[in-house]
Amino acid sequence: MEKKILLAEKQPQLGSALRKALGMTPADVAFEVRDARLQGRGGAGFPAGIKWVLAGGASGDQKYVVCNADEGEPGTFKDRVLIEKYADRLIEGMAIGGYAISSDKGFIYLRAEYPYLIPVIEKAAEALRNANLLGRNILGSGFNFDVEIRMGAGAYVCGEETALLESMEGRRGEPRNKPPFPVNAGYLNKPTIVNNVETFCAVPHIILNGSEWFIGLGEGGDSGTKLFSISGDVEKPGVYELAMGSTIGELLDLAGAKDVQAVQVGGASGRTIKKSESARILSFRDLPPGGSVIVFNSSRNMLEVLENFMEFFVHESCGQCTPCREGNRHLLGVVNALIEGDVCCRECLTDYFTLADVMKSTSKCGFGQTSANCFVDIISNFTNIPADCTCEDCSCGGGDQ
Amino acid sequence: MPNVTIRIDGKDCIAREGSTINEACTEAGINIPVLCYHPRLKIAGNCRVCCVEVEGCRTLMPACVTPITPNMVVLTSSPRVLQARKTIVDLLLAAHNCDCLVCDAAGACELQKMAYNLGLDRRSRAFYMCDDDLPEVDCSSPVLQYDPSKCIQCTRCIRACGEIQGKGIIQAIHRSFEVKMAAGIHQWSDSRCDGCGECIQICPTGALSEKVSSGVREWEAQKVRTSCAYCGVGCQLDMWVKDGRLVKVDGADVVPNYGSTCVKGRFGHDFVNSEERLKTPMVRRNGVLVDATWEEAIALIAGKFESIRKEHGPDAVAGLASARVSNEENYLFQKMMRAGLGTNNVDHCARLCHASTVAGLAAAFGSGAMTNSIAELEHASCILVTGSNTTETHPVIATVIRRAVREHGAKLIVVDPRRIDLVDNATLWLRQTNGSDVAWMNGMMNVIVNENLLNREFISERTEGFEDLMKIIEQFTPERVEQISSIPADKLREAARIYASSESSSIIYSMGITQHITGTDNVLSVANLAMLTGQIGRPSTGVNPLRGQNNVQGACDVGALPNVYPGYQQVAAAPVQEKFEKAWGRPLSPKPGLTLVEIVNGLESGKVKGLIIMGENPMVSDPNLNHVEKALVSAEFLVVMDIFMTETAAMADVLLPAASFAEKEGTFTNTERRVILLREVLPPPGQAKPDWQIICDLSTALGYPMSYRNAAEIMDEIASVTPIYGGIHHDRLKGDGLQWPCPDSSHPGTVFLHKDKFSRGRGLFHPVDFIPPDEVPDDEYPFILSTGRILYHYHTGSMSRRVNALNEFSPGGYAEIHPADAARLGLVDGGIVRITTRRGEIETTVRATEIVEEGSIFVPFHFVEAAANRLTNDALDPKAKIPEFKVAACRLAKVDKK
Repeated sequence: MEKKILLAEKQPQLGSALRKALGMTPADVAFEVRDARLQGRGGAGFPAGIKWVLAGGASGDQKYVVCNADEGEPGTFKDRVLIEKYADRLIEGMAIGGYAISSDKGFIYLRAEYPYLIPVIEKAAEALRNANLLGRNILGSGFNFDVEIRMGAGAYVCGEETALLESMEGRRGEPRNKPPFPVNAGYLNKPTIVNNVETFCAVPHIILNGSEWFIGLGEGGDSGTKLFSISGDVEKPGVYELAMGSTIGELLDLAGAKDVQAVQVGGASGRTIKKSESARILSFRDLPPGGSVIVFNSSRNMLEVLENFMEFFVHESCGQCTPCREGNRHLLGVVNALIEGDVCCRECLTDYFTLADVMKSTSKCGFGQTSANCFVDIISNFTNIPADCTCEDCSCGGGDQ
Repeated sequence: MPNVTIRIDGKDCIAREGSTINEACTEAGINIPVLCYHPRLKIAGNCRVCCVEVEGCRTLMPACVTPITPNMVVLTSSPRVLQARKTIVDLLLAAHNCDCLVCDAAGACELQKMAYNLGLDRRSRAFYMCDDDLPEVDCSSPVLQYDPSKCIQCTRCIRACGEIQGKGIIQAIHRSFEVKMAAGIHQWSDSRCDGCGECIQICPTGALSEKVSSGVREWEAQKVRTSCAYCGVGCQLDMWVKDGRLVKVDGADVVPNYGSTCVKGRFGHDFVNSEERLKTPMVRRNGVLVDATWEEAIALIAGKFESIRKEHGPDAVAGLASARVSNEENYLFQKMMRAGLGTNNVDHCARLCHASTVAGLAAAFGSGAMTNSIAELEHASCILVTGSNTTETHPVIATVIRRAVREHGAKLIVVDPRRIDLVDNATLWLRQTNGSDVAWMNGMMNVIVNENLLNREFISERTEGFEDLMKIIEQFTPERVEQISSIPADKLREAARIYASSESSSIIYSMGITQHITGTDNVLSVANLAMLTGQIGRPSTGVNPLRGQNNVQGACDVGALPNVYPGYQQVAAAPVQEKFEKAWGRPLSPKPGLTLVEIVNGLESGKVKGLIIMGENPMVSDPNLNHVEKALVSAEFLVVMDIFMTETAAMADVLLPAASFAEKEGTFTNTERRVILLREVLPPPGQAKPDWQIICDLSTALGYPMSYRNAAEIMDEIASVTPIYGGIHHDRLKGDGLQWPCPDSSHPGTVFLHKDKFSRGRGLFHPVDFIPPDEVPDDEYPFILSTGRILYHYHTGSMSRRVNALNEFSPGGYAEIHPADAARLGLVDGGIVRITTRRGEIETTVRATEIVEEGSIFVPFHFVEAAANRLTNDALDPKAKIPEFKVAACRLAKVDKK
């Protein structure tokens, strides 16, 4: 069900949430966010409040707040809209986060393709500073907090929070081993919370209205609302805000999707479902909603769609760990072979499904752990490759033998 | 760390809390295959070969990274784990140029072993790459090559270069499957890679390998562990031998180098295979050196020395022992000189490097050697490096210093007139005027006293002479020091504060301190500074002179010095004389002998007639070469023992071919007082013999018979007369060696000196006033000339200049000149400059660089064709008789190329 909170015409007065938070203890602010069960809006769904509580309790004289604005998932453009319209709310959310974990420094890691948002953010920050909602001694509370923009350099994997931190520190954007987690050893090895743009934007609403209210926005036990950027074969592409826990069908109806063959939820690394599954819900319990929903109508060749996505993964893998670096190109290779008609049967794909499974279970970060999702989903549900071999002398193996 | 119980493959195991699954498994005797993991490196967790199943985890977990938790349940070889492992190695093989038939790494390759263990033959593999285009191999480095087609992106080389060597030259470039390792913008040779080869040794495959293939696989070679023949670090090396030739060198993973080497250690030992090795004794007939038999040569020497002795007395003969040969050989050499020939005229090139250390530290502390150990440096909170270009002269110690800074946050203070490599890692760089060392150290002490940073408890309990010191240092205010040394007063203050107030501060110094007419004063100042702050007698502190040559410490220890017997026992002390007369069975001279420069002067004046030189090359190494040349020409009889026809050997009347370090047994003593074994790796070429056997033959012919079965027996004799070596015997040295003092056979050796009291009892402060260098620039000679060593060559180049790779890195001599000076004089980089001092002149290549300050130049001394020592000043430190190599006044002139 469409429910506008973040995108509502009328927004609460700027700074009112921050003012309220400054009247609470930092720990209570973190608890409020935790109790609201605000799950990370970037797509991984990790409870933001738990990060805040852990970082708040971590020992360290310097802590950092990092906003992940490296919105790079194909088909996602919700954070761009939020920054365009509500950069001030975003910064207010970050300041509340800073207060909750006792940090005086925030960074917005901005996607390389969004340079035109720099003045937007800077203007918002300047206005907040002028209103004493940012900078030194905010609202006379003694709390200091300011933000700075750090530009990405075009690597998709830098949306992964530890790769993002590496990039911020001036190194190759490669995911770190965990533990330690950023809440203990993040930017410059100091306790750091890394949250998505949308996550921070939800925070002022939670502080003003309370965690109970936020939970009540969701459906079926889910919490809050969620933004979806819907694109592809729909009449009204754009960003929609729905209650968390809404069904795919509701969203498709809003956007005017017709003749649907497949819907990809959560971007290239998300899940690809059939029209018949439109009763499934947008929730971390079912289809993890990053922000992207791409609709394909029946005219689309799903193998070509898959090829496109696999090319993307091969291009964007950081190349650090073996399964992702090497695995993706073999998956792409066999998709190419399928398109060329060089694969006769599912039997010949066994090794590739094993590979997909190994990539999922052994890759270092979420990239490699999910990049085979679309391969598995599309091959399983949108192709009609014979199950058994029809050739007399089957030796294709999907490769070159 | 407390222990916790975890369950591995159905068995309960006890593991240390905080360890990783891999460590716990290793402890439980379960082998987890790894590729990117290496015990010397930080964990990368990249290859994912070690992934195991952990109950409750959605994904498999990399065993190398994942810490254990109590009651964790781990499966290391479940079907899921085995499938993943097989798939991952399959992927690596698919991307790998499996050229095992012709790959140098075959047999040692970890990927090959893993494929073998998993049974991944062509039939059982799932993935292949139909990529026939092999990428280009980067062969631009003089010593190594990188083949991307064999690289598995494990990043061990990156981490080894950064974490172990502290250089950070190798980086990953590109992404996805195009990731490869790179050094330099376009190719390896564009980088600052100095060729240490740490990356080769740590590479699990054949991706990084020796540029010149050894042609020998691991299983074909015999490996012998021995000590490096180059600097005083004493790196342990595993030498590969096949068919009587040295084919390859690896760093041994033991103290003090733990697998590391420098470029010379790994790639610089080819000289032992050289065709130019001396193989036959030679005697001069009608002015020409001709082959002779050993019997002829020995008889000739014995006869000649005997007649000189008869005619002119025993002090008309002299001997130069060697910092390159073993302890046993130096011991026998000085014993032959003293007991066989009856003179104390024995010295060696330690005179030219650390004579002032031996004199200064003996006076201040009671013993003149590095107080602490190399490994301790890594954990010092402050390291002050002065007068040591450690990166070039003691490369493996430089790695320890860089690790202290990069990995453990130590503060590094560099005090050096040149912008040496370590400045890159320094918290503070003080650029003093050459020869102003006493001034800046007094200035630091002035600050320490005035800011009350001195260690009063240490001073009152452990030292004496503090009041006298105060009188001098009061005069050295930072402002006055700034005028003398040109070190800004505030920087000096900051350095003083860091040094004095750090938990543990260690001073490293070398020739920049010792090679001055005030060398002993400089050393005394270093000692004053350490005692004033109590930065001595504890781990990771101390006064640490780095000894230059492989066995310069040992040659001094076993008495190759004119004033002391083995173990620094005074020649002039009657009870000592008595002891040695008893031990050696001959009357001994109580008169201290001549020092090296005095011997050279004695030759010229006719006081010294006969000279025997064992493995030294004064014709390149000594100051004021024109003078040395005259002196050697005027020698009545000159004997040289060497492995090559050096400049000095060419002047000999008798030339004896010696075995190299790789062809004999014995011991060296490294800079940290560690006595380490030398093993016979190869047989000597031709008729060459180990020096100790030559000395035995010679001494016997001289009427003082010597006979030993082996080097171990000689060491037993050394132990019997040398208290600090009392417990040192070859059979005790097989592991890590032993650090002296080691008084008896049950003593474990001494890691650091002066723990509860100084060797002399109380440490003695010596008030030292500032004296300017012997030569200061003037209108006629307006530049300051300083000399020294570089990484790629060693001493007079007799070994290193016979190694192709080293010559490729550094083909010839040069002079570092500041670009502004060069421009003023019309000199261009790569052009020729004539350098003239009051003693001589040379022509060499200009290297315009800001490493040197305006008004100063630097010339390395290895290159005979542009021998720096034709220029250097032989003015001596009055106490230690060390010449002032580090300061001479010179003038420069452009030479037009012919």
